[in-house]
Amino acid sequence: MSAAAAMSDDLDVFRAEVRDWLQKTFPPSLKGRASMMLPDAGRPTDPDFLRWKKAMGEKGWGTPTWPKQYGGGGLSREQARVLAQEMNKIGAWSPIGGMGVMMFGPTLLEYGNEEQKSRHVPGIVTGEVWWCQGYSEPGAGSDLASLRTQCVDKGDHYLVNGQKIWTSGAQYADWCFCLVRTDNTKKHEGISFLLIDMKSPGIEVRPIKLISGNSPFCETFFTDVKVPKENLMGPLNGGWTIGKRLLQFERQGLGSGTGGPMRGGESRSLDQVAKEYVGTDDKGRIADTDLRARVASHMMDMRAFMLTIQRAMGEAKGNQGPSATTSIMKNAGSRIGQERSELLVEIMGHQGLGWEGEGFTKDEINTVRAWLGGKATTIYGGSAEIQNNIIAKRILGLLDHQ
Amino acid sequence: MAVLNEEQSMIRDGAKSWVQERSPVTAFRKLRDGGSNEGFDRKVWAEMAEMGWSGILIPEEFGGTGLGYLTLGLVLEETGRTLTASPLISTALTATTALLLGGTAEQKKTWLPKIAEGKAIGTLAVDEGVHHAPEKIALKAEKRGAGYVLNGKKSFVLDGGAADFFIVAARTSGTPGDKDGITLFLVDTKANGLSRQTVKSIDNRGVANLTFANVEVGGDAVLGPVGGGFAILEATLDRARAGLAAEMLGQAVQSFETTLDYLKTRVQFGQPIGTFQALQHRAARMFTDLELARSCVEAALQAIDRGADDVAQLASLAKAKAGDAVHLMSNEMVQMHGGIGMTDAHDAGLYLKRARVQEATFGNQSYHRDRYATLLGY
Ligand SMILES: Cc1cc2nc3c(=O)[nH]c(=O)nc-3n(C[C@H](O)[C@H](O)[C@H](O)COP(=O)(O)OP(=O)(O)OC[C@H]3O[C@@H](n4cnc5c(N)ncnc54)[C@H](O)[C@@H]3O)c2cc1C
Repeated sequence: MSAAAAMSDDLDVFRAEVRDWLQKTFPPSLKGRASMMLPDAGRPTDPDFLRWKKAMGEKGWGTPTWPKQYGGGGLSREQARVLAQEMNKIGAWSPIGGMGVMMFGPTLLEYGNEEQKSRHVPGIVTGEVWWCQGYSEPGAGSDLASLRTQCVDKGDHYLVNGQKIWTSGAQYADWCFCLVRTDNTKKHEGISFLLIDMKSPGIEVRPIKLISGNSPFCETFFTDVKVPKENLMGPLNGGWTIGKRLLQFERQGLGSGTGGPMRGGESRSLDQVAKEYVGTDDKGRIADTDLRARVASHMMDMRAFMLTIQRAMGEAKGNQGPSATTSIMKNAGSRIGQERSELLVEIMGHQGLGWEGEGFTKDEINTVRAWLGGKATTIYGGSAEIQNNIIAKRILGLLDHQ
Repeated sequence: MAVLNEEQSMIRDGAKSWVQERSPVTAFRKLRDGGSNEGFDRKVWAEMAEMGWSGILIPEEFGGTGLGYLTLGLVLEETGRTLTASPLISTALTATTALLLGGTAEQKKTWLPKIAEGKAIGTLAVDEGVHHAPEKIALKAEKRGAGYVLNGKKSFVLDGGAADFFIVAARTSGTPGDKDGITLFLVDTKANGLSRQTVKSIDNRGVANLTFANVEVGGDAVLGPVGGGFAILEATLDRARAGLAAEMLGQAVQSFETTLDYLKTRVQFGQPIGTFQALQHRAARMFTDLELARSCVEAALQAIDRGADDVAQLASLAKAKAGDAVHLMSNEMVQMHGGIGMTDAHDAGLYLKRARVQEATFGNQSYHRDRYATLLGY
C-alpha cells in the first residue's frame, strides 16, 4: 500500500470516528442557530449550547489545528477539513469562536512567549475566556498607527491611559488585546501590544447602539490602569508587526466565517426566497426578469467566492498562514454578503421593511437587522477602501502619485 | 434646478428655512424615540397646513392654492432633506390627486377643503401583496342594492393608522391582473368591518395593513367610472411617484452633502479623507448621479403641470433614477463615515432606512425599469 493510500485510509477511519462522535454529541436543537455566535448575541446561556461547548472544548475541536499541548485539537489540515465537512453535513457549528479563536489565538501562538501561551491559549480553546480588540480610537481608525492611548513604564508595571472606541464585545470580554503607545517620538515603532485584564480597576465600558438596534460594541476608557509587565506581548515598541499580523488573521476570518456572505436572517438561497416573495412565471422562472438577472448575477458571485475559498485552501496546503488572497477575500466576501442582504430586503418588498412587532415574521425582521448590521463588514477589520489600497500597493505594485 | 417663478422660489425658500428651524432631523429622532404610533406629529402637520402646503394641489375654490406639482415637489425636496415625517405624500399628494382626477363634486366638496385645512388625512390603499402591483387588485367589491360590499386586504398603506379616509382600489369584475374591472372607492376609515393593523417599519412612519370584512359602502363612494378605475389609479400613482421622487431627491442630496462635509473634515493619515482619490472619484460620481436624477424629477413634475402626454414614462424615469440615487447616497453615507456611520446616534442609518421604504413604495427601480421599457414599446 502506498503512503498516500494509507493516509486516505486513516482519514476514513477518522471520518467514521468524527461522524459517530458528532452524532452522539451535537444537540439537534442547535441546528441552524449558528447566529448565537454573532458578537451581538452576548454570551449564550442555552443549556444545550453549554453542553455542546464543553464537549467541543474538551476535544479542542473548536480550534482543530492548534497544538495539543495547549488544549487544541492537534489535527492535521486534512483532518480538520474532514471535521468541518462532517459538521456541515448535519448542520453542526462550532460553539467556540469570537476574537480569541479568529485572531488573537493564532497571533498568540506565533508571538507569545511560553508563559503567555500556556496561560491564555487554553481559555480560548474551551471558549471560557472572551477577548476583545482594543485597536481603534476616535482619531485612529483607518490610520490605526496614529493611536494615542498612552502606556508608561512604571518600573514594576505599566500604566495605561486613553480611550478606545468600537471595541466589539468589550461589555462581555474578560481580556483585551490592545495596541498602546509606548514611544511618542515615532509612529509605527512607538506601538506595543499589550494584554489587559478587563476587570482591572480604571476600565470603563460604555455600549454604543448600532443602526441595527443592537449594541455589540463599546467605548472603552482607560484611566490609570495598572498592567503587569508580563502582559507585554513581543518586544517593547514592536507591537505594530504583531498588530498587523493579527489583522491578517482577522481579515481572513471575516472573509470566510460569520462575517462572510451568509450573515444572519434568511438562511435559504436567494432564488428560493425570490420565488416565494416575487412568484414565478409559467416556466417556473422568477417572475420579475430584472430581479431574476440580478439574482443570477449574485448567485454566480457567491459561487465564484466559494470556489475561490476552495482553491485558496488547496493552495495553502503545506503553506502556513494567510497569504495575499486574504486581502481579496475580505472585500469579496463582505461585498457579496452586502449584496445578498440588499437583494433580500428588495425581494421581501414591504415585508422586508419591518423593524419589530406584529405583521412580520422572525426571519423577515432578522433579515432586516442583518442587512443593517452587515453594513459594518466593509468598515471593520480594515475598510474596503483600505483593503483596496493594500491590494493596489502591495500586490499590484502601484505606487501613490507624488 | 428648474427655473422657478417668484412664488415658487418663495415657497422653496420658506420650506428650506422652516425645515431647518422646525423640523430638523432631531425632530424626527425625537418622534421615533417617543414611540409615536402615527409616525408624524399632528402639531407639525397643522403648521404645515397653516403655511398652505397641504393645499398646494387643491384649487382655490376648495381652499387651496392650486400651485401644482412642481411647487409641491419643491416642498417635498426640502422636507426630504431632514426626514420630516408628515402626511404630505399620503394626503396632500396622493389622496388629493385621486380626488382631483376622479372625485365626484360631492366628494371633492367634502374632503378637499378639510385636506387643505390640515383637518383630514387620506391615503391610497392599493397594494395587497409584498410588491407594488396595481393591476393585481383582488380586493372584491360586490354590488348590493345601490351600494357595494368590500372584502379583502391591503398592505403597507401610508399613514394608514392616522387616516380618516381611504381611497381603495377594488375589483368589481375580471380577475387579478386585468386592468379592466378595477373601481376606486372612497371609504371612511370608521366603516364597519374595516380593521387596520399598524406595523412598525424601519423608517418609523405610520404604515398599516388593512382588512375589509363585509364593509358596506353606498353607491356615492365610487370614485371615477365603475370598472374603469385603472386609468385614474395609474394617473394618481404617477403623480405620487413623481412627488415621492422629489422627496427622495432631497433626501439623497442631504445624504450627499453631509457626507461631503465629512470628507472635508475627517482627518486620517494626517490629511482630510477627501484628499484620497478613491473617495474623490466616488463623490464626483455621486454628484453626477444626483444632477441626472434631478433633471428627471423636475421633468416629471413639470410634465404633470403642463398636462403633457408622456407623464407615465417620465414618472417611471424619475422614480427609478431617484431610487438609484437615494440607494447609492444612503449606502455611501454609511460607508464613508466609517464606524460613526454605523451608530444609531449618527443620522446615516436614519437616511438608509427611509431610503429603502421610499424605494419600495409605488414601485421599486426594477418595477419602473420594466414599466419604462413597456411604455416605450421594447
Ligand atoms: C461593527 C464594528 C465593529 C468594530 N469592532 C472593532 C473592535 O472590536 N476593535 C477595534 O479596535 N475596532 C473595531 N471597529 C473599528 C473599525 O476597525 C474602524 O471603524 C475602521 O478601522 C475604520 O475607522 P473609522 O471608523 O475611524 O473610519 P475612518 O478611518 O475615519 O474612515 C472613514 C472613511 O474614509 C475611508 N478612508 C480612510 N482612509 C482612506 C484612504 N487612505 N483611502 C481611501 N479611503 C480611506 C474609509 O474607508 C471610510 O470609508 C469596529 C467597527 C465597526 C463598525
